[in-house]
Order: sequence, then C-alpha cells, then structure tokens
Amino acid sequence: MESTEQPRSISGSMQSPRSPSSQPYLSVSVSDPVKLGNGVQSYISYRVITKTNFPDYQGPEKIVIRRYSDFVWLRDRLFEKYKGIFIPPLPEKSAVEKFRFSAEFIEMRRAALDIFVNRIALHPELKQSEDLRTFLQADEETMERFRFQETGIFTKKPADLMQMFRDVQSKVSDAVLGKEKPVEETTPEYEKLKHYIFELENHLAEAQKHAYRLVKRHRELGQSLLDFGKAVKLLGACEGEPTGKAFSDLGSKSELLSIKLQKEAQQVLMNFEEPLKDYVRYVQSIKATIAERGTAFRQHCELAETTKLKEINLDKLMLTRSDKVGEAEIEYREIKAESEEATERFGRIVKRMEEEIVRFQEQKTEEMGVAFHQFAKGQARLANSIADAWRSLLPKLEASSSV
Amino acid sequence: MMGSENADGFEETNLNAPREEMENLVLGVNGDAAGGDGPLTRSEVNGDSSNSGYRSAMSTLSNVRDPLSPLPTVLTPADSDPLLAPSSFSDFRSLGSKPNSSDNSYIEPPSYADVIFSPFDENSDSEINGAEDSSRHSLSSDSLSRSPSSSSSDYIKITVSNPQKEQETSNSIVPGGNTYITYQITTRTNLPDFGLSEFSVRRRFRDVVTLADRLAESYRGFCIPPRPDKSVVESQVMQKQEFVEQRRVALEKYLRRLSAHPVIRNSEELKVFLQVQGKLPLPTSTDVASRMLDGAVKLPKQLFGEGGASAVPVHEVVQPARGGRDLLRLFKELRQSVSNDWGGSKPPVVEEDKEFLEKKEKMHDLEQQIINASQQAESLVKAQQDMGETMGELGLAFIKLTKFENEEAVFNSQRTRATDMKSLATAAVKASRFYRELNSQTVKHLDTLHEYLGMMMAVQGAFADRSSALLTVQTLLSELSSLQARAEKLEAASSKVFGGDKSRIRKIEELKETIKVTEDAKNVAIREYERIKDNNRSEVERLDGERRADFMNMMKGFVVNQVGYAEKISNVWAKVAEETSQYDREKQIS
Repeated sequence: MESTEQPRSISGSMQSPRSPSSQPYLSVSVSDPVKLGNGVQSYISYRVITKTNFPDYQGPEKIVIRRYSDFVWLRDRLFEKYKGIFIPPLPEKSAVEKFRFSAEFIEMRRAALDIFVNRIALHPELKQSEDLRTFLQADEETMERFRFQETGIFTKKPADLMQMFRDVQSKVSDAVLGKEKPVEETTPEYEKLKHYIFELENHLAEAQKHAYRLVKRHRELGQSLLDFGKAVKLLGACEGEPTGKAFSDLGSKSELLSIKLQKEAQQVLMNFEEPLKDYVRYVQSIKATIAERGTAFRQHCELAETTKLKEINLDKLMLTRSDKVGEAEIEYREIKAESEEATERFGRIVKRMEEEIVRFQEQKTEEMGVAFHQFAKGQARLANSIADAWRSLLPKLEASSSV
Repeated sequence: MMGSENADGFEETNLNAPREEMENLVLGVNGDAAGGDGPLTRSEVNGDSSNSGYRSAMSTLSNVRDPLSPLPTVLTPADSDPLLAPSSFSDFRSLGSKPNSSDNSYIEPPSYADVIFSPFDENSDSEINGAEDSSRHSLSSDSLSRSPSSSSSDYIKITVSNPQKEQETSNSIVPGGNTYITYQITTRTNLPDFGLSEFSVRRRFRDVVTLADRLAESYRGFCIPPRPDKSVVESQVMQKQEFVEQRRVALEKYLRRLSAHPVIRNSEELKVFLQVQGKLPLPTSTDVASRMLDGAVKLPKQLFGEGGASAVPVHEVVQPARGGRDLLRLFKELRQSVSNDWGGSKPPVVEEDKEFLEKKEKMHDLEQQIINASQQAESLVKAQQDMGETMGELGLAFIKLTKFENEEAVFNSQRTRATDMKSLATAAVKASRFYRELNSQTVKHLDTLHEYLGMMMAVQGAFADRSSALLTVQTLLSELSSLQARAEKLEAASSKVFGGDKSRIRKIEELKETIKVTEDAKNVAIREYERIKDNNRSEVERLDGERRADFMNMMKGFVVNQVGYAEKISNVWAKVAEETSQYDREKQIS
C-alpha cells in the first residue's frame, strides 16, 4: 500500500537516504490503516513512515503508529505555537457511525492525513517544529502521554472548534461592519482579504455540494443501467431471434457500463470532491488564523494602553517623590516588556499571514489544477468507454436487422 | 414509430388505457372495449382446434421474415462505416486537432457525434433547427420507424391540434350549458381512397370513443390499437390546459397507430372519421339505459320463443352478447361457460387449440417483461436527467467561483485558477446540455416499449374476440344438441300413440323449425369463429414481425444515440484535460 501512495509533493528531490551530501529532506507517508480495539472503543491506527536526514531526527527511516487523535494533537499544538500560519486542515472527525469503518471512508481519511502531514513537512517554518518531531518520532506510549496531557483550550472537540470559528466570524464581521470600536488594525488589503476568505468559503461549499451530488448521480446512473440491462435481457428471453439475441447483447453492455460508472463515481469522490472539501477546510483554518490575529491585536492594544497608564502613574509618583516609585517602576518595566512582546507577536502574525496568503493561493491553484485535470480525464475516459461499448454493438445490430 | 412532441416524460395514458378497459370488461358496463365484452369472454374456453392452418402458421412464426421493414438507410451517416476504428481519447490528444469538428476534417474518422445534430454543438455551423421532426434530425423517431405499409410510397400522416372549447347546443337533461373540447384533425395522405391529399375535421373525444367502438365491432379478431383513456375527471380538470394537451397527444398517437394498421387504415369507419365534416355519421354506442329498454321489449319474445323462433336475426348472432338486448343470450352463454369450466356436460365441441393457449401464455409473459423493461427504462431516463442537471449546477457554481476569483484577484495564481475553473465550468455546462439532449432522444426511443404495452392490450382484445366467438359456437352447439334431444323424445313419445298425436306433432314441427334456424346460426357462428381465428393468426404474425422490427430499431436508435452523445461529451472533457495538461502528475513520474 505504501509504495503507491506518493506524497503529493516531496521536499527536495527523491534522493536516497544513503547519499551523504544531499540536501536536507523530510518525507513522510501515512499508510496501512488497521482497525484496533473492540466495539465502541475501536479505532483505526495508521503507520507513519518518516524518511529524513534532519540532524535531530532518528534517521534515515522511522516508523511509528498513530491514530486520528494524535494528528489532532499535532494540529492543535501547531495552531497554538505558530500563530499566523495557515495550519493545514484535518479531515472531519466523526462520520456517520455506519460508515466510520467502511473501506472508502478509511481510504479517504488516510489520504487526507497523508496530505496533512506532508504539508507540514514541506512548510519552511512548520517543518522545524518540535511537536512535529515528537509526532513523527516518539514511541507510542510517549505519544499517548502527550496526548492526554493536553489541557489547553485547543483540546476542544471539533464541534466546539466550529463554534469558535463561528464566534470568530461574527466578531470579525462585526469589526468589519464597525459595530465595535475599531480594535482591529486594518489595511485595505487586509479588509479585502477577510472579505475574500468569507465569501470564498460560501462559493466553495456550494461547489463541493454539487460535486458530492455528482458522485451520487454517477452511482444512480450505474444502478439504473444495471437494472435496465437485467430487464432487457429478460425481455430478450421472451422474444425470438434475432431480437432476443440483440436484447441480450444490449443488456450485457448495459451491465458492463454500470460497473464503469460505479468506478468513476469513486474516482470523482476521491480526486475531485475530496480536494474541494479540503479547500473548504483550508479556508476555515484561515478563518481561525484571522481570529488569532484579531486576538493578538487586541492584546497588543490593551497592553499598550496599560503600559501608557503605568507610565503616567509612574511619572506622577516620581513628581510627588512617593516611596512607591520603586514598585511602580518595576511594574512599569514588566508591563512594557509584555506590551513589546505582544506587539512583536502581532507583528509576526501579520508578516506570516502575508507570506502565507501567497503560498496558499499558489498551492491551491496547483492542487485544484490537478483535481480539475484528473476529473476531466476521468470524465473523458468514462465517456469514451461508454461510446466504445455501445459502438461495439452496432455491427451486430445491423447484421441482425437485415436478416 | 409515430413520435409525438412529447419529449418530457412518458405518455402515461397508454398504460392506463388497457387497465381501464380491463375494468370495464369485468364490469361489463359499457361496451367500449376494443373487441372485448362482458365477463364471458374472459373465461378460459377449452377446445381443440384442428385448424391446421393455424398450427403451420405457428411453426413458421419463429422464422418469419418481416416483409414490412425496409432496410434502414437513414441510420448510418453516409460516409461512415459502423465498423470504424473508434476515435479514442488518445487519438484526440495526439492529433492535436479540434475534436468534433464538422465534416471538414480529413484526419478524423467519421464519428457518430456527427450524425447527431445538436443545436448546442459548438462546431455545428448550421442554424438551429427547432422543429422536432425536422428531417435533419436523423434520429427522429419518424425516420427510424418502419414504414407501415408494404409499399413505401404510401403515405398518411395525421396531426391533432388546435383544441377549442365549444358549447353544447342541444337541450340536455343536465342543467347548465355543457362545454366540451374539440380538436382539429388534419390528414395528409396520398392514398387514393381518400380522394383529397389534405383535409381537416373537428372532432370531440366522444367521437373517438364511437370510432373505437365501431372498429371493435367490425374488426373482431384484429389487434386494434387501444384508444386513449376516458379519464373520469371533473369538468374543471377537463378544461385545464395540461389535461387537454395530454389528451391531444394521446389522440394523435391513437389515430396514427390506427392509420399504421394495414387493414384498419382502409376502413370505412376511419375514413368517415377523418374526412366527413360536421357531425360524425357513425352510430353511437347506445348507453346502458336505452339498451335495457330495448332488451326489455325483446325479452318476452326471447323467453317464450314466440313469433317464429328467430327472435334474433341470424347476423346478430355473430355479434358478441351485449347487455340489455341480449339478456337471454347472455344467460345462456354464461351457463355454457360455466359448464365448460366445470366440465359438466361435455358438449361435442372442439377443444381450444393447445398452441393457441401456449401463444396466449407467451404473450402474457412478454407483456410482463415489457412492463418491467419500460419501468427500468423510465429509471434510466431519470438517472440521465439527474446527471445532466447536477452537472449543470456544478458548472454554474464554478462559473460563480470564476467570476469571484477574477474580481477579487490579488495574485496571479488566482487568475490562473480562475482560468482553469472557467474551462471546467464551461465543459460542465456543455456536458449538462448534452446529457439533457441525450435524454430527450432516449425517451423517444425507449418510448417504443410503452407503445407496445398498448399493443399487448390490443392482442389481448383480439384473443378475447376469439374466445367469445368460440363461446357463441359452443353455446349454439349445446343448444342444438338439447333441441335435438327434445325432438327425439317427442318423436319417440308421439310414435307410441296410434294415429299420431296432433299436438305433439305440431310441437315437433315447431321444434324442427327452431332446430333449422339454430343450425343456420351455428354455421354462421362457426364461420365467424374461423374468420376470427384467421384474423388472429395473421394479426399476431404481423404484430410479432412489427414488434421485432420496432424493437430492433429502438435498440439501434438508442445505441446510436448513446454513442453519439458519449463522443460529444468525451470531446468536451478531452478539451479541458488538454487545457489543464500542465497539471498532469502521472506524466511526471517516469
């Protein structure tokens, strides 16, 4: 399984780990989903293989076993530590119980997790993260310990996370609409970006919805061709020759095409609908980053104001030669340091976002381009095989009817 | 087939008509079934047929060559060979030429995509021809149908149009003016019988019922196409445009089918219906009330055998027993059928032809399969429809996205993406249109299945005619035998009386009269039965051949349609694949 799963983009070249003077590379794959546990507590575990020559990694190859919640842990940690960066999105947690262990679902999730980790491994900043190293290298017990220790707000369930996003959305749009006092430092570009992101999500969600429906339509068409084929064969059995044989041939072709349609349905789901869903998730992740930036700015503002107040207070005390001056001076310096930190943090987020947005747009153009190309090829192939299949009947039909 | 303008969905009335007729048959109320009457005709009448003619016909049935279907010439494009090398996806890529170009292309093998005229074809440089049955539309159902006559130069085309509301002029018992709808029936023909080559009349639905009834009487044993439903609905619904349009379509189909029937098209009844202006000069089907009255008058005579036992004129014998008038006969035939069923008194009648029974069974099976196939055909059509719709919606969603990205673009990568999306969106919208066109053609082809459901009812009607005629024969035979038995008894008794028994002798004389009349009636009935059997046989043979030819055409049309549109759709997507070829990752791993 793993050999066929090429990570979508490989950092550097596909050099073998044995060449010593090669550039630093980090390549990851997620594969071999295995169902573990019993009953309600059963879950899927994945094999995560890391090939690298990074100095602080156990190279050249390391294999660990991870489950979905481990990926969530990684995502949350990165989100916490690398504010301003658009953290790659994870596939949704729970599906309808029935499908949680269906082969299709498991495969789609595996592919999405593979993409997730690889995006991190490719990101210039994220790939140096300690948490990533832990995730890729720690043994399973250590990993489990880390996972349970997580107490921050980011251990929230995705449902809560969604609520957070919604809160963020309303807060941000309030700010945009000017309902609150202007806490958000905005530039026209940033305003445009926010508006763009929110609108984009709507458009993408609609496209994804129709893509999903299209998958269903493929399945339905396949089913109806199957039923039609069967019915037509039965009809042929009632008729004498040559009509009977013609019906039988027609029915067989119909059944054959039904199989092709089911196959294409699966392809469309994996290569077209899933990338669109991923796109939507990505946009939601950006919204979370936008919220973070807002929070950081608020902190910067508040701290700056508090610092100002402390300064004024200090000056006052100095003028009155109060013996509280010493205390106040210490407080003032502390606050000032915090404020500077907050300002710096905010500034870092702004800078990161500027770079990220460029990256994001390019990445998305590439990924969607691939998705479109595959979709178009798939549809063309399907239509061709439909044409071929029906066409092959025609000589026989011609011959039969001129009897 | 005589395709109508109904491209959306199937004509439901064909399925409903047979059901309603069957209900009427059971109730024995209005004699408006095509060839069927009362419960008697539905009974399984057993009898041997030593009709060798029928048997030999049955054996040749499977080898029958349909002399009526001309070799389809319209099907394949003039310059193409069905065995052509399939124009595959890779060919398009390598040729680098625009796929699906018009006939100017030298490189491409001719494809079925070219055969199928599509107004949305970007490369078709002919103007959009909206007429449904334009001759350019090589797959229109008209051109695929068998020519219904033996010589392909005969031509009759009926159109039903122009529904209009009219007021009932005569005083009716029902208070308030009755309005009804009339339709214009236009006929174009070169058949000599009609005299003119084009003419029109106005008819109402009631006239059609009359026509159907008169045909049923005149053409017993024939597979007469079933007429459209009577549809018991409120007058409010009657006048709704949708209902009127449905009815117009159904009438047109019905009349076209009648005119396609090689015997019925020459009938007096049809001619009169199509040509005679003003009130339809065919005797109307009398309603039950007047028939009851009629019958009440005649009943005493029948019951008491008075007035020269020929209470019922001989020629009337050959008509199946209807309510009212023929109460007595009805009773007798009912008794007879019962006795046949229970095998009580075995009258010396011929057992029903085993081959006939087999044929009936086969027809029933066939009908079941046609029903099943037509249901699945409907599902297929719906699935194709849905696919087209969703594809279109997807296309629109991407067009919106394209517009959005272009408007909001800050980076070039966005503009590139917008271009890619546009390519996809345009293709999706085109493909969606192709799916919808494919579908409306598919409907026309697969509609053949629906049409034949109607014809199965016609066959059942023909079989029912035969059964009822046989029942008449058997009734008369048994009547005859009981009359003769009575005569023998009387003679025996009378011969014991010396010098003759005046009253008995008189009775014997009368009886002998009755016997003679009944004998004549029996002979007429037998001749009629034979005639109907002949009609049955030739009709079933004809119909089997037609059906097979029609089904073959249906399949061909369906398949050619699928091929053509699949090619068009494939071209559309191949273009996108080419436009996005820079994203082909499969290539790069080599």
